[in-house]
Amino acid sequence: MLRFAARRILGMIAVLFAISVVVFLIFNVIPNSDPAARIAGKNANPALIARVTADLGLDQPIPVQYLTMMRKILTGELTSYASSQNVTDQIWKGLPATLSLCIGAAVLWMTLAVIFGYLSAVHSGKFTDRALTILSLTGISMPVFWLAAILLYYLSYKAQLFPTSSYVPFTKDPLDWAYHLILPWITLAVLFVGFYSRVLRSNMLDVMNEDYVRTARAKGIGERQVRLRHVLRNSMIPIVTLFGLDFGAVVGGGAILTETVFNLNGVGLYAGQAIGSLDLPPLMGVTIFGAFFIVLFNTIVDVLYAFLDPRIRLGEAAPA
Amino acid sequence: MVASIGELEAPGEPPLPTGVAAEEIRGRSPWYLAWLRMRRNRVGLAFGVLFLLIVLACLAAPLWADHVAHTGPNENHITDKLLIDGQETYVVSPDGTPLAPGLHGRYLLGADQNGRDVMVRLLYGGRTSIYIGVVAALVTTVFAVLVGLLCGYYRGWIDAILSRVMDVVWAFPVLLLGIALGTALALGGLKIGAIVVAGDSLWIPILIIGLVYVPYMARPIRGEILALREKEFVEAAVAQGKGSLRIMLSELLPNVVSTIIVFFTLNIANNMLLESSLSFLGAGVRAPNASWGTMIADGYQTIYTAPHLTIVPGLLIVLTVLSLNVFGDGLRDALDPRAKIRLEH
Repeated sequence: MLRFAARRILGMIAVLFAISVVVFLIFNVIPNSDPAARIAGKNANPALIARVTADLGLDQPIPVQYLTMMRKILTGELTSYASSQNVTDQIWKGLPATLSLCIGAAVLWMTLAVIFGYLSAVHSGKFTDRALTILSLTGISMPVFWLAAILLYYLSYKAQLFPTSSYVPFTKDPLDWAYHLILPWITLAVLFVGFYSRVLRSNMLDVMNEDYVRTARAKGIGERQVRLRHVLRNSMIPIVTLFGLDFGAVVGGGAILTETVFNLNGVGLYAGQAIGSLDLPPLMGVTIFGAFFIVLFNTIVDVLYAFLDPRIRLGEAAPA
Repeated sequence: MVASIGELEAPGEPPLPTGVAAEEIRGRSPWYLAWLRMRRNRVGLAFGVLFLLIVLACLAAPLWADHVAHTGPNENHITDKLLIDGQETYVVSPDGTPLAPGLHGRYLLGADQNGRDVMVRLLYGGRTSIYIGVVAALVTTVFAVLVGLLCGYYRGWIDAILSRVMDVVWAFPVLLLGIALGTALALGGLKIGAIVVAGDSLWIPILIIGLVYVPYMARPIRGEILALREKEFVEAAVAQGKGSLRIMLSELLPNVVSTIIVFFTLNIANNMLLESSLSFLGAGVRAPNASWGTMIADGYQTIYTAPHLTIVPGLLIVLTVLSLNVFGDGLRDALDPRAKIRLEH
């Protein structure tokens, strides 16, 4: 078990290294313009561009440039040239809002997805199933920022049911915290409810044909028990894997749109504002931060899996 | 074909029943069977038709612009007045509120801040959105098929290298990778050897969106090729002395076409959503081009005074993407026999 975990963590470090190289390439090498002018931002003067060139060593060979960038990121010295704010500080500052948004949305999407997927599978082919299918597909087809805008307009502005949001820290007032987050939670959850309930439905339909389900029925266990304890439980395994990956992705940047429209000052809003001013250092920082979260959750899921299923840690192929 | 079946039959097996008309035992190709299954899926077909109608409407944008609206997508009419119910009405009223949607011929879906006809802009914007969605899906498909075939057929170090590269792309949040590329390329564009792409070209979002999704399509194709490669018909092709290229193109590729078709359809839907998100954040389509995403980005600035500028383009995105998703879902059920078994239980 320990050896497996160690191997996975080494792999994780390798992927993180590759990611940092890709980020470096995206911002410094691929684009067809002077990187110093780009990183200095939209309204830079020649003096600032010269300072950026010296700061980041952009007159040095490319490998040296990479090392300079990494040193800046790892020591937390990366600074925006447009606002002269420290990027690491800003990401830390945004973390509470982002985590509040993501954790709440995750609870909501998992609960609803299990309920919808279960109902859809149990009533497969009937009206409930069809209605839920159309509903999930609609959820998958909606641009997140548009849904956010519509909810804000109709529920907050017209009906005045919710505040036209902004983030209230949990420590300040837990009730107000939740009240301000209800619409963002719903917005972020809709896509995943649609997607997960579809996956769960088809998993459950597969599992229902398994021999052990027939055995369970043959033993005389009630239909409800069979569905909940045998079918649903076994159908949840792929969902949990997906959840690990998606949760990492949402924390690491998937919430940009929701945070931007609802004006929640999290990591995503920070990145969103940086796009407007073409301010690259924050984007560099947030991209690395996001990829880090995804890789981290990926590894956690893998290790948990190995813990639950000995076949994986003994080096056999992972079950599909 | 039918006549030769009897000759292939092993000796001792009963001969083909006589008296059965050739038509009745005519072989049914997998494509024909898939079509039969698809035909039963009325909802799926209806949404497929809906998508075609939206595409046709957008293609016919100049007709509407010239003969109904009498204005182009980028023509401003800030000071114009319109006769509605015998009353002179400002296209953009003096307090800055644009005309709302209504049945008045011109400005069917209202006007925007600059007095531009929303319906006309919507049709032209749809061209951009759908164009990006389809061309980016082609980019994804070409690369994904290439990677999938090479990895699945050659395995070994080619597979190891390409798979690791895909792992790294996979590790990025799609939206964030798109944003990073979109903003980094916005200023100076792209220059690879002799190919130069301007920063405001539609090819920037197309390439970004197309490449970001490659791993998501290449992985399943690679998996299928890996399995197919072990089948007898590949062994037979090798024994016949066919070269690697021929085996890949004429033996393996036709067997993954149904997977490709399903992914391609659903990929267009995803591309359109990603395009709208990138454009909304300012990292996608750039002026002077307009897409449904940039229209929402513009309209959102004034959502409280002119909500139709946000609502209408969004509804069209939902409708188009939903039609592709439902149709693609139906295609998958029709083309994947395993899904058929699942459905008929």
